[in-house]
Parts: sequence; C-alpha cells; structure tokens
Amino acid sequence: MTPHDEPPRNPIAPTAAIPCATGRDQTVQFLEMKGITKRFPGVLANDHVDFQVRSGEIHALLGENGAGKTTLMRILYGLYQPDEGKIAINGKAVTIRSPREATALGISMVHQHFMLVPPLTVAENVILGLKSTREPWLNLGEAQERIAELGRCYGLRVDPRARVWQLSVGEQQRVEIIKALYRRAELLILDEPTAVLTPQEVQEFFTILRQMARQGQAIIFISHKLHEVTALSDRVTVLRDGQVVGTMLTSATDRQRLAQMMVGREISFQRYKDPVNKGEVALELQGVWAQGDKGLPALKGVSLTVSQGEILGLAGVAGNGQRELAEVIAGLRPATQGKVVVGQKDVTNRSPAEIIAQGMSYVPEERMRVGTIVDFSVAENAILETHGQAPLARGWFLDYQAIGRYAEKLIADFDVKTPSQDTPVRHLSGGNVQKLILARELSRSPRLLVAAQPTRGLDVGATEYIQKRLVEQRSKGTAILLISEDLDEVLALSDRVAVMYEGQVVGVMPTSEASVEELGLLMAGVKKQLPA
Amino acid sequence: MQDTLILILLILAGAIRAGTPLLFATLGEIFAERAGVLNLGVEGMMIMGALSGFMVTVRTGNAWTGLLAAILVGGSIGLIHAVLSITLRANQVVSGLALTIFGTGLSSFLGQKLVGVPAPDTFRVVRIPVLGELPVLGPLVFQHDILVYLSFLLAPLAWFLMFKTRPGLHLRAVGESPATADAMGVSVVGLRYLYVFLGGMLAGLGGAYISLALTPGWADGMTAGRGWIAIALVIFATWSPARAMVGAYLFGGVEAAQFRIQGTGTQVPSFFLNMTPYIFTIIVLVIATQETVRRRIGAPAALGLPYEREERG
Repeated sequence: MTPHDEPPRNPIAPTAAIPCATGRDQTVQFLEMKGITKRFPGVLANDHVDFQVRSGEIHALLGENGAGKTTLMRILYGLYQPDEGKIAINGKAVTIRSPREATALGISMVHQHFMLVPPLTVAENVILGLKSTREPWLNLGEAQERIAELGRCYGLRVDPRARVWQLSVGEQQRVEIIKALYRRAELLILDEPTAVLTPQEVQEFFTILRQMARQGQAIIFISHKLHEVTALSDRVTVLRDGQVVGTMLTSATDRQRLAQMMVGREISFQRYKDPVNKGEVALELQGVWAQGDKGLPALKGVSLTVSQGEILGLAGVAGNGQRELAEVIAGLRPATQGKVVVGQKDVTNRSPAEIIAQGMSYVPEERMRVGTIVDFSVAENAILETHGQAPLARGWFLDYQAIGRYAEKLIADFDVKTPSQDTPVRHLSGGNVQKLILARELSRSPRLLVAAQPTRGLDVGATEYIQKRLVEQRSKGTAILLISEDLDEVLALSDRVAVMYEGQVVGVMPTSEASVEELGLLMAGVKKQLPA
Repeated sequence: MQDTLILILLILAGAIRAGTPLLFATLGEIFAERAGVLNLGVEGMMIMGALSGFMVTVRTGNAWTGLLAAILVGGSIGLIHAVLSITLRANQVVSGLALTIFGTGLSSFLGQKLVGVPAPDTFRVVRIPVLGELPVLGPLVFQHDILVYLSFLLAPLAWFLMFKTRPGLHLRAVGESPATADAMGVSVVGLRYLYVFLGGMLAGLGGAYISLALTPGWADGMTAGRGWIAIALVIFATWSPARAMVGAYLFGGVEAAQFRIQGTGTQVPSFFLNMTPYIFTIIVLVIATQETVRRRIGAPAALGLPYEREERG
C-alpha cells in the first residue's frame, strides 16, 4: 500500500492517551541551560544563553538562520562542547559529551535531514545501535510489537515492516519520533520539522505533538515559521545574534511582536503587488514526460502556460517532480515526450545555451552546486552566462576591467554583501549567494524566469529581499515560474497557483480563489481538480 | 554417454574448486563494500596471499602455517587501505589500485626464487565418509579439500551475520548511511576498519587457496585477474553472500570448462579460450547492472565515500 492510498485520518481521541501516560511530573523543570557560550573562529554563536524546558511543555525556539538555535541544540545533544555555561537535567548538573550520552539522559533529536537508513525496514532503523534482548541475534519481532504499541499510543501510524525508502516524508518523520520514544526520550528536539510536510500533515503532526506533551514529554520546537510557533507552543524563546532576546508565554505575544524580536526591526508580511498585467505567453509546456534520476518517470504529462507579467506558483511536496520540471525547462534534463516552448520557439531538448538565448533565466534549487561555481570569485560567477559577449569579452579574451565594473554594479544593485568581488563564492552566506544568482539572472532582462526554491534556507531579511525583487521583476513584464515547497511563499507571491503531485499538475487556480485547505488536499493527492 | 557424464561431473567439481578462491575474495569484498569501503586492491591482496602462503609452507613444510601467513598478509594489506581511505580519507579507487600494483610487483620480486619449487605440503582431498560415496553428489560436493568445505560454511554464515544479527545491522547501516549510524552510537570508523581487515584476510585466504590447493606451487601473476573478477562478482551478487556463491561457481565453471576443452585438443586457439572468463565478466556485469537498476538494489549508498562528521552546520 502506498502512503497515499490511506484514508484521511481523524485526530486521536483524547481517551486513547490514558493507557500510555508516562506519569511524569509536569511541573518539573526538566532541562536548564545557564550562561551557555560558544565561540567559533570569528563568530560568537551563543552568548550567555539561558534556556529552560519543563516536562510536558512545547517550547518553541525561534530565530533566524545564524541566530544560534542550531548551535545551542547541538551543545545540548552533545555534538559541541560549550566554552562556558552549565547544563542541568532534572536539577542535576551534567556534561554531555556525545549524542549517546544525550540519549542516555533522555534527550533525543529529530534532525531536519532524517537520520534513517533507506534500505532498512522501520523496525531495523528503530533498533539500530540498541542492545538486543537476544544478543547477538536481532529482536525484530519484539521491536515490531513495541513500535505498533507506540503507534497506537500516540497516533504515530507506520508499518514496522515497511522499508524506509517506501515511506512518504511524513511517515519517515513519524519513524524518527518513534525512534526517540523507543529510547525512552523525555525531551525531544525537533529541528524545523514542518518544512517537509503538507498543511494537513502539519495539522496531524501537531496533534501528535500535543498528545505527547500531555503525557509529560518535553518538546523543543525549532522554527522560523511564526504561525506554527503561535499555533503550537506553550512558551517561546527568541534568539538573535547568539543572544536570548526573551522567553515568554506564547499566549502573551503575537506574530508581529515575535517577528520584531527575531529580526530586530519591523517586518512587513504584506507583499505589495500591482494587478496582473498579462502579456503574451512566455512558457508553454505540452504533455511533458521525463525520467527522474532513478530511471522512473518523474513527469507524467505536464502541461502549463506562464505569461509575461505573471507569477505562476508551483506548489507541492518535495519530490513530486518539481525539480525535474525545472531541469527540463532549463535544458538540463531530456524530455521523453511532449513539447517545451519558450517565447514562440520550440526548445524541447535543446541545449541550455539555446534556451538561454530565448530569454530564459534559471535560479536553480541547489545554489551552491548548480547555481554557482563555489571556488570562482563573485565577479566570475556574475558572468557565467554572458562572458562571451561584448563588452565583457573581445574575441577569445576576457576584459577584466569591464567584468569588474559589471560585477560591481550587480553587487551594488542587489545589495550582495561580500568583502570584495574577488572573494570566492564559497565564503558568502546563502542569502548573498542567492542575491548574486538573482542579480546575474535578472540582469539579462529575461522573458522567463524559472526560480526553484529561491528562498529556501534563507533568513527572514534575505527572503524578504528576494521576494520583493521577484515581484518587481514580474511587474516589469517577466514571466516567472516560482517553484516552492513553502506554501506561504507561493500564496504571497503568485498570481496563479499550480499544484504538482506524482509528476502531474493536479490543479491550477488563481491565487485569489485558492485556499490552504484545498491546496493541501491537492498536494497530498487526495483530490484532483477536474479539467475545466 | 558414460564419458560425457563423467566429463560434466568433472567440470562441475572443478567449478567448485576453481570457484573457491573467488568465493573467499568475493565474500571479503562484500564485507568491505557493505561497510562503505571500496577496495580495488583485491588482486594485490590475493597474490600476496598466494605468495606468502606458499613461501611459508616451503619454509615450514606445513600448509596450515602458510595459510595463516596468507591470511595475516592479506589482512595487513587491507589495513594499509583502511588507514589510507578511512583515516586519511584518500581516494579509495586510487588507494586500492595502488595496492594492486604494489602487491603484483612485490610478489613478482619476492617470488623469483620460488618459481618451480615443488610444494612440500598442500591441502589434499578429504573424502567425507558416507556422504562422499553418494553417486553424483559425492564426487561433486563431498570429495574436496578442507578449504572448500570451509567456504561452504562461510557463505551461509556471512549471510546470517549480515541479515540476522545486530553486528550485521550495524554493518549495513554504516555502508548505507554512516551519519545515521554515527548518530545512533555505532562506530563508523571502527566497523570500517574491522571489515576492511576482514576483507583483506579473506582475499589472502583466497590467494593461498590457489598456491596451496588449486594449482600448488608459485608462478608469477598466478592469480591471473581473479581479484578483479571477485570485484565484478560483488556487483553480480548484489552484495549478498548467497548470490556470491552462485556467481563464484559460475565463474569457476567457465574456468574449469575452458581447461577441459583445451584438454580435448580442440581447434579453437587457446588464447580465445583463456579469454572466456574475462569476456564472461563483462557480459555478467552488463546484465547484473541492469538488474540492480531495475530492482533498486544498488550498491551501498555510501560506498566509496569517506565519512567525516559534520562540524559547524
């Protein structure tokens, strides 16, 4: 059974909780971190951080990238040693030297990138590293029973015999949590756990977390999504530049105030947009098929049009063909069937150079691997596509003075923070790399911009900037295909929304008529829009 | 008719004998690759095993001491690969190739005076009572030397270890997702060392089988590419010890058949017959690779990749 065949689930009835209650005292301070300081060369990652978690509470840890959340959690999980400060568990001072010691103290961490071994079964993954009751043989049968039991207790439904690669992302996340509970975790650290889930899965996931908290589990919820923090947590601690800005009851604050604490200035959630002024069709896909990396069809007859002056947002859970679609349009992956038209020209299976010449710009998903050559300088990366054109080149020779002036202009126009234009891109932060890529791609005044996950992993400031530039570019008449797993972003920027599921576009609608619920159902493959 | 049957039986029994060194080496490489370390030094470890096994046997007059020496020498060369590729994170392909070149050259140099020396002791056929008297099955399975019996035990044992025990689960996890194994408290470096060492010991054992049982004596380059065939067999076997047995005997059969056919005085030039195992290797690799792609049972995901704990994320 594939995960998508399952019937829609109901939230767990509260009575189901009783037999699994852990009986932990919920008023107890489970964890206390005091004066934690950690320095890395040139960076003060944590600056005298105080942080407490009680049993039975969901404590959100909020902050931008680089605010020190991850460092603090890695210290708690034994991956780093603090330079200063103390940690106490249940009132007793402890030193945590490794993840193994953290686990022994009842601390478990669910990483953003799942720590699972795909070819192994769920049960094998869960017992990995644990002593067996039948040494040296595996106690798989026993493990399967306990996993099923935990699943019943917390609503963490997953087949213990399934192989992990067969599971959906949401199910894999449940396996991670089961792994922690199986090890009798009392404190669960969740690092941006909702990034990979559909809105419905998020709802279900929150139900599970609340249930776990009711039973005495302490949960640290790391996030930069404000609405999730306010919807889920009991308390919230905000970090900025390695320091605690404040800890407060979630009920005593709101999104606007949290955002301000997190960024240190006011953030506007509203994206100002002109009305759509659609021009001619810039991109047309007709029944495009393509294979994924494993040789299986990743695109199964995708048809779409994007017109100049509009943003078409392509939503969907990761791995439903979005990446392959972007690569087909950019000429990086062959289409096995169908037609790709950019401008008026059929560019199906043409080289990237020909497609670029048609006015296509591409902001790839993997900005450090596909988007830039990380050991090249900022200036060299700025001319990757245009280095053969005057005035940057004369015949076979590059004019470094002209290139320097050109790079200088891009750096200034797009507010790229770099020590110099000769700095290798490797040393830039993600936000600045993305600004550089956007600068390079937009400087060619493209007819069509394909932007794949343009703000993934960027901090709030950089995200705001990139989004603003995308909307500006649309108003200048560029057609933009925005591929994003962040549904909020899709809804905020797009004029129309399309949803991909299992290699097909299962729905297209104007953003004004789209609701989060409906998009969620489409993303989960539960529903399919009928062709109009 | 009787003659043909006997010939077939002889070829099949020969297949098992010729397949035995391949089986040892293949099992060893399966262990190393399951742990995530590609060791292309199998040929070098085998030939050094063949040489040291024979050399020590000549000195002591006892094939068992030679066997022990071969296992230790193979294991030690495996450890060189482990230091280079696990601790120093060198490129595993380069390191493995270097060991093969090193082993081939060194064995040729050290073995100069051993060429043509008769073996004072070898592993002789031990006919198993009762079972050895069975028609067909007797001569096929139960009239071999003791190392063949050892290999019969070793393959199922390896399979059992890999798929039914806790150390086996750790081994598979380390090769598929070392970061996960590390986070779960499994020692990635320790296990990789262990299994590369074990792989080297088995390759050395396979080499010694050639110089002490299959064709007793020493000849320069006597492993004749069997180390490479073993590496191909790992892929054919889809990293499973059970299938490794099938593959090893299949190749053993090709080798045995080729010898027998040469003995019949055929018109086909011997060069072509000598080529058959290698051509067969290529054909099998093509087929096996297609199958692994189709059935999604590829190499361990972390094969060939040095593991480094992520600092500062």
